[in-house]
Order: sequence, then C-alpha cells, then structure tokens
Amino acid sequence: MTPLTARHSPPMKSHVTSTINGEQVEFLCENRQSLLEVLRDVLQLTGSKEGCNNGNCGACTVLMDGVPVNSCLVLGVEAQDARIVTIEGIARDGRLHPVQRCFLEDAALQCGICTPGFIVAAKALLDRKPDPSEHEIRFELAGNLCRCTGYDKIVRAVQDAAKAMAK
Amino acid sequence: MSPDTHHETKREPAGNGKPYKVIGTRPIRHDGADKVTGRAIYTSDLQLAGLVHGKILRSPHAHAKIKHIDTSSAEKLPGVFAVVTAKDLPDLRDKVADLGEGRVNLAHLGANVLAHGKALYKGHAVAAVAAINPHVAEEALKLIQVDYEPLPAVTWVLDAMKADAPLLHDDLHTEDMTGQRVSQNPNNASKYLLFEAGDIEQGFQSADLVIEREFKTASVHQGYIEPHVSTAYWNVDGHLTVWTATQGAFTARHQTAELLQIPISQVTVVPCEIGGGFGGKIPVYLEPVAALLSRKSGRPVRMVMSRADVFEGTGPTPGSFVRVKLGAKKDGRIVAAKAWLAYDAGAYPGGMIGPGCMCVFSCYDIPNYKVEGYDVVLNKPKTAAYRAPGATQAAFATEQVVDELAERLKIDPIDLRLKNAAKQGTQRVGWPDYPRIGFIETLEIAKNHPHYKSPLTGKNRGRGVAAGFWFNIGLKSCASAAVNPDGTVTLVEGSTDIGGTRTSIAMQLAETLGIAAEDVHPRVADTDGIGYTDVTGGSRVTFATGMAAYECGLDIRRQMAERAATLWDCEPANVTFDDGTFRCCDHSITFKELAAKLNELGGPVLGRAAVDPAGPTNGFGVSIVDVEVDPDTGKTTVLRYTVFQDAGKAIHPSYVEGQMQGGTAQGIGWALNEEYFYDEQGRMRNASYLDYRMPTALDLPMIEAVIVEVPNPAHPYGVRGVGETPIVAPPAAMANAIYRASGVRMRELPMSPPKVWAAMKEEERRK
Repeated sequence: MTPLTARHSPPMKSHVTSTINGEQVEFLCENRQSLLEVLRDVLQLTGSKEGCNNGNCGACTVLMDGVPVNSCLVLGVEAQDARIVTIEGIARDGRLHPVQRCFLEDAALQCGICTPGFIVAAKALLDRKPDPSEHEIRFELAGNLCRCTGYDKIVRAVQDAAKAMAK
Repeated sequence: MSPDTHHETKREPAGNGKPYKVIGTRPIRHDGADKVTGRAIYTSDLQLAGLVHGKILRSPHAHAKIKHIDTSSAEKLPGVFAVVTAKDLPDLRDKVADLGEGRVNLAHLGANVLAHGKALYKGHAVAAVAAINPHVAEEALKLIQVDYEPLPAVTWVLDAMKADAPLLHDDLHTEDMTGQRVSQNPNNASKYLLFEAGDIEQGFQSADLVIEREFKTASVHQGYIEPHVSTAYWNVDGHLTVWTATQGAFTARHQTAELLQIPISQVTVVPCEIGGGFGGKIPVYLEPVAALLSRKSGRPVRMVMSRADVFEGTGPTPGSFVRVKLGAKKDGRIVAAKAWLAYDAGAYPGGMIGPGCMCVFSCYDIPNYKVEGYDVVLNKPKTAAYRAPGATQAAFATEQVVDELAERLKIDPIDLRLKNAAKQGTQRVGWPDYPRIGFIETLEIAKNHPHYKSPLTGKNRGRGVAAGFWFNIGLKSCASAAVNPDGTVTLVEGSTDIGGTRTSIAMQLAETLGIAAEDVHPRVADTDGIGYTDVTGGSRVTFATGMAAYECGLDIRRQMAERAATLWDCEPANVTFDDGTFRCCDHSITFKELAAKLNELGGPVLGRAAVDPAGPTNGFGVSIVDVEVDPDTGKTTVLRYTVFQDAGKAIHPSYVEGQMQGGTAQGIGWALNEEYFYDEQGRMRNASYLDYRMPTALDLPMIEAVIVEVPNPAHPYGVRGVGETPIVAPPAAMANAIYRASGVRMRELPMSPPKVWAAMKEEERRK
C-alpha cells in the first residue's frame, strides 16, 4: 500500500486551541476544513452529523460559546479560543441530560440521524428560555430538519424536558 | 399454507385470553442511549485505517451522448488513488437477475451506477475518483474531461409518451403483463397494464351520477436526512466488505455481487445504523463504485453523496398523470370505476405503476372496473420506492372524485366511504380477495372522533377527509437467539432498523418467553451473521421478522422444556409454559432460574427461525384535516390533523404513532410544496433542502394519531404493518380541505401558494 503522504503534499495546516466539551483540545487543520470535518475526521467526535453540508438541515448543530451553530458553516480555524459543546458533551457525569432522557421516553426519534442536532439545539433553547411555548419551540427548532417523526414527539419531548428542568 | 391454517398453528400464546405483558407497552428502545448521546455508528462514522475518500462526477446534461472520457489529468493529481468509469464494470448486456423484487435488467442497474454511453438525467454518475481527502477528490473531478453531445430531454410523463418524444433507449418496447410486445416501434413506455372486472359499460349506464377528472403530481424525494454513504474494502484475498446505509443488507449484497459479477459469498455487507430510507435506500448507487475504487487503490474507500447528489442522482417517486371516472347510484353506492394512469419510472424502466394500478380503487368494493397503466421512461433519476410507492398519486385522484360524489349526492364523506368500504372477501384489482381487514372499523372510529364531531368555524377554513391503503408484504426473515445464564436473551436478526424495529421485534420475543423487553438484547447482523432476510420495506418488519422472533421464542421454549424435564426427570411433553414459568406436576421453575442451570443440563440453548409467512395483510388509514387558506397569498396552513390507522395490534404504540405522524408529515409536504422543479433543459433547479423545502417544525401542528386494532389473524400477535399507509391519504385529504376552505379543486401537486392563488383568481373570474 502506498503511504498516504508519498503522493500528496497537503496544504499548510493551522494549529488551533479550543475547549471542546470542557476539555482543552489542540488540533491541526487545513484552513478549508469546516468545524464539522474537524470534529468528525480529526477529533473522531462523530456524533455531529452531516446531512447537507450547507447549513440547511441542522444535523451538525453544536454550541459555540453557548450559541447553536451549524458546524458545517464554521471553519475549523474559527474554533480558536472558542468553547465548543457537541452532542458528546451533553450528558454529564454519566447521566443523560433531561432533553436526552425525554427524547427516549417520548420516542422522539426514529432513525436518529437528526437527533444529536435537535438535542443540542433544544438544550440551547431551554438554557436561554426555560419555559417556551409550543410555538416558540417550533420556531427555535425550525432550523433542524427531521424526516421521520413529523416533529410531534420532538416538540413534546422538549416540553417535557422543560417541565423536568423546572423541578 | 392458507392464512387460515397459518392462523390455527400460530395461535398460542396470543389466543389464551390473557392480557399481554410486554406487547402494547412503551419501553425505551434498546439503541436509545447510543442515539441520544452521539455514540451510534452510522456508515460515515466508521473509521478504518488507510481510509480514502471517493467522489462522483455527474452529468450536467439531462440527456447526452458520452463520446469520450479522459481521466488522465485526474489520475496524475497528487493525492489521487484511483479513477473509474463504466469501463471498469463487467459487461452486463443481456444479463438479468432476480433481486427479490422481480427480474431486474442488470445492464440498466449497472448503467445507472456508472453511465454507459449515454447520460440519461442531470446528475447521472459518469466517473468516480478516490483521493486522500474529499477536497482533493473534488479537485480531481474537475480535471476529468467528458465530451458530451447534448440531446433533447423530456421530463413530463405525457410528453415522453408522444410519438415524437426523445427516445431514451433505442431498444425499449412496450410489453403487456404477459411480456408480449404491444408497440410497433421503440418508445418510452415500457409496460402496459390492464385490469378488468365486471361489465364497465353496463356499470356506468346504471349509475345516476358519473364524474371523471384528471390529476397530475410532480416528482418528490424521500428526503432522508442521512445522504447515501458506503465504504468498501476489497481485500487482497478477493473478499469484498461493504459498510453501507441500506434498507436491506442482503439485497445490497446481491446487487453488488451481480454488478461486479462475483459470487455473493465473496461479499459481506455490514448494515450500519441508517439515517432514514423510506424506500430510497434499497437500490445500490455507491456500493459497487466504492468497491471498484477500493480494488484499484488497495484501500478502504468511503463515498458520501452531497445533498445535491442525493436529489439529482437518487430515486425520487414518480411524477404522474391519472384520470379517474366513478359512477354512483343516488344512494352513494359506487357501481363502476375506470382509471388510466401513466407513471414515470425515471431513466430506466420498472417504476411504481403496478402498485399504482392495484391501489387506485383498493379502498372500495366496486363490482365493475377497468384500470389501465403505463410505465414510462424519461430524463429524470431512476425512481425508487417511496413509502407506499405509487399509492399516494392514485389516492390523490380517487379520493378527490369520491369527495365530489359525496358533495354532489349530499352524503357525508365518511358515510359514502362506509357505504363502499372494502371488507373481507372484497375482490380487488390485481390481488387476491381481501382477508380480514379493518377499514370499516377505522372509518367508524374516525366518524365518531371529537375532531370530526367538532364544528369548524372561521373564514377561509375547511375540513377534508380521505382514506389510504397499502399492502403489507410477508417475505423472508431470519432470527436467532441465545439464552444467557442471567436469564436474558441475545437476539440476532437481519432487518436493518430504521425506526425502532429492533425493539418491536425484541418485544415479541420477550412476550413469547415471558420476560421483560429489557431482558432481550437485539442486534442487527451483517450478511455473514444471520440467514437471508429481505429488505426493511413493504411494511413487513414488525410483521414478518416479528414472526421470526416469535418462532425463535417457541424453539427456545421447546428446548428449555426439555431441560426442565431432565431436571425433574419427567416427560418433556408434560412440561407446560405459562407466564414465564415452566411447570410439571408439583415442580415449577422460572425462565430465569432455568437459564442459570443450562450448563448443568446439557449446555447452551440457541433458538432459531427462518420464516416466509403466508398471510401478509393490508393496512388502511383515514385522515381528517382542517386547513385555512390565505386568500391573498394562496398559502395553506394546517390547523388540526387527526390520523387513524388499523395497526392490527400495536406492539410499541409510541413507534406506531411515530410512523403515522411521520408519514402524515411527509404527505403534507408532498401536498403543499415539495416538487422537483425542472427548467426547459430538463435540469432540476432546486436540489437543496432550502429550495426543495420539506416541512419544518414550524410548518406543522401536533398530529393526533389514533391507533385502531383489528388483529391480523395471520400473525400470532395480530400485527399489521404500519409504515407506509400513513403517507397515502394526506395529499387527497389536504386537497379536499382546501376545496372546502377556498372553493377551488386542486388537481395538481404540489398545491403550492402560487398555484392555489392562481386557481382562486381563476374561480373569481369565472363567477
């Protein structure tokens, strides 16, 4: 097998330092690589999914300094000094976050490919707005596409998570 | 075996009159924790040493001769490992294979994977590259020189049937149902279907009211969020392993082996977690190409489609033209029905016209009918199944004509349907008479539901009703299960799990063994890990693979009873099993206790079952929807939606509701705005989620799902498949609601705001 590097001299890479899921992480990435590519292919955090690679579907949603972003629309180098939270960082201390638990209890997923993006976006919503109306939930999650559920059980799971977090 | 004898032999333990302990409950799905924490491994999550990345060059033309392909510059680009074209595929001319869904022309399947001689649609794969990363692969694609000779293109089914239409295949003739050629010259219609019963002329003559209408639907896409993705590794010993997003590992293996002309035993297909399919992930697209690239490069090759590739290169559902004529007596009894359907198949023959014809009148008991259908090729991607393939287009037509009959005859639309509803013994188009079905019960529950009884008030609002039907198929499924010393059971099955089926299958095994759902650990195996299992499709998995799990449970019970007999020194035939406990004389032992003793009583217990059930059945659904149509913009807002369906017996009610809600949402998207938008050159111009615009959370209300349970006598737990029926009724129900809200009959999908607005303006002018 020809060594991977023998036939190819990759473009210059940048050295990036950021905090990912609470840990300081250093990585090298090409300037053209998206944060999604870095998370998945460089850091092996494959929980963030690629559905469209152009910001239309929200399956790659992560929190960047607390704000939900489509990681396919952010460059890896933009993560310098940023605090990134991915789906892998939502459950803490071996316990599911209430949003995750309610997604399971309410059967708010079928194939599950959009689920990480929805959970990250819903957590961001509830962090900012602990008691959203049904309309607010639908509005705030409209950037995340689901093709399986018709959204009914997703909206209910977010409502139930809000109730659980208020206790 | 007839459904009835099947019923008798499989009746216990469902027939013992005891309530179920597991079935009908709502346990957390077994793969749940992995899926909410990002740990579940989908195909593109798989990391392999030495992995390289493949990309596909696609035709920019809707129809073109490929005169020459020069790949030399791409091959020289540093970082490129392999380039392939159709030349790298074996010669598949005159080869056909039975891929489990009838005989498939391999030359067509192969040419769809890599275009051979002609590109037949924009997005048709022409060449592929493997490179060190996806960016270099994309750079390499730009270096491939293709010399095209563009040809006229056709993208509407009736245009493609005209005598002067551009021909896609020089050798394509129209055949009838017996395979007899019925065309003089090569043309784009590959199939002519005809179904008749009774005396259609006499039937219409006896009718008091006859209504005939024409309907059109645009192509729509399945829209699964995970793009097609495959990774292949062709090992030095010639063995090919393919990790892929597929609805059927065994059909993926079969198609891949046939296209590469290698034995199926040389191919292992590993079905990873799959991010949606809806029928669109049954044909292979990337698997054989990744395999060719791997053989050339000596490396594992991962190929991921872009979203535009998914829209432009994979199966949409057929665009269609349907003409329906119904004749009814004054009392509402439908006495004659006639339909003429033309469905596009995309670029290669073999679309959804068969089920379209069989479903067009499938909800009703009609004595005299004639149904004609054409399968037509044109310059769009080869169609693939999409949830009840072919039925939604047909229901959009029939259910609107039924609605007009009800209005003209001044009969409640549900009452009119009840008067004509199909029931056990009803003769139907192209299929045996119905076994026990639950359409009448479903209609009655809908009629008595608070939604239907509530008044709908407010301006520009209307309520619509429609019914939907889809088959359940049976087909082949395998399962095996090992009893663990701690009393749990490890279940291995072959149905790729798209929506929670490993849990609905595990629950049936748990019920059979009298243990908890959580005590069964289900796993979907690869093609070397379980016996042949057909695709996850046809609403068959909870029915057929569930039956395999049930039989597997009976096998375990039989073996465990023998062990108990050894323990107690009694006759195995005298050991009974009830409620998770084995008993004989004064002895009793629970399943768990006995499991702990197996090693002392003869060793491990492994159950197995391979089924091909007779007695597949049918699913019926009813939609009630309230809408508001904005007279200034033509925009339709869904105010309230209730969906009813006969599930036979709902194993896990939450996931049954999920199928009903999800299928309804897809149907609403199809109704209101989804379409392949083509320009005059036959190029799709909206190949992104933003422009194609599937429903978002903000576009929909809560969707109430009402499960009706009329048990299927041919399944031990009464299961009917539920996956597909829910998409069938919504576009027709929406059209009927829009009519009542706005006064315009929309006979063309999608019923997008500009079209509804224009129709309302036209109606105003006419008045």
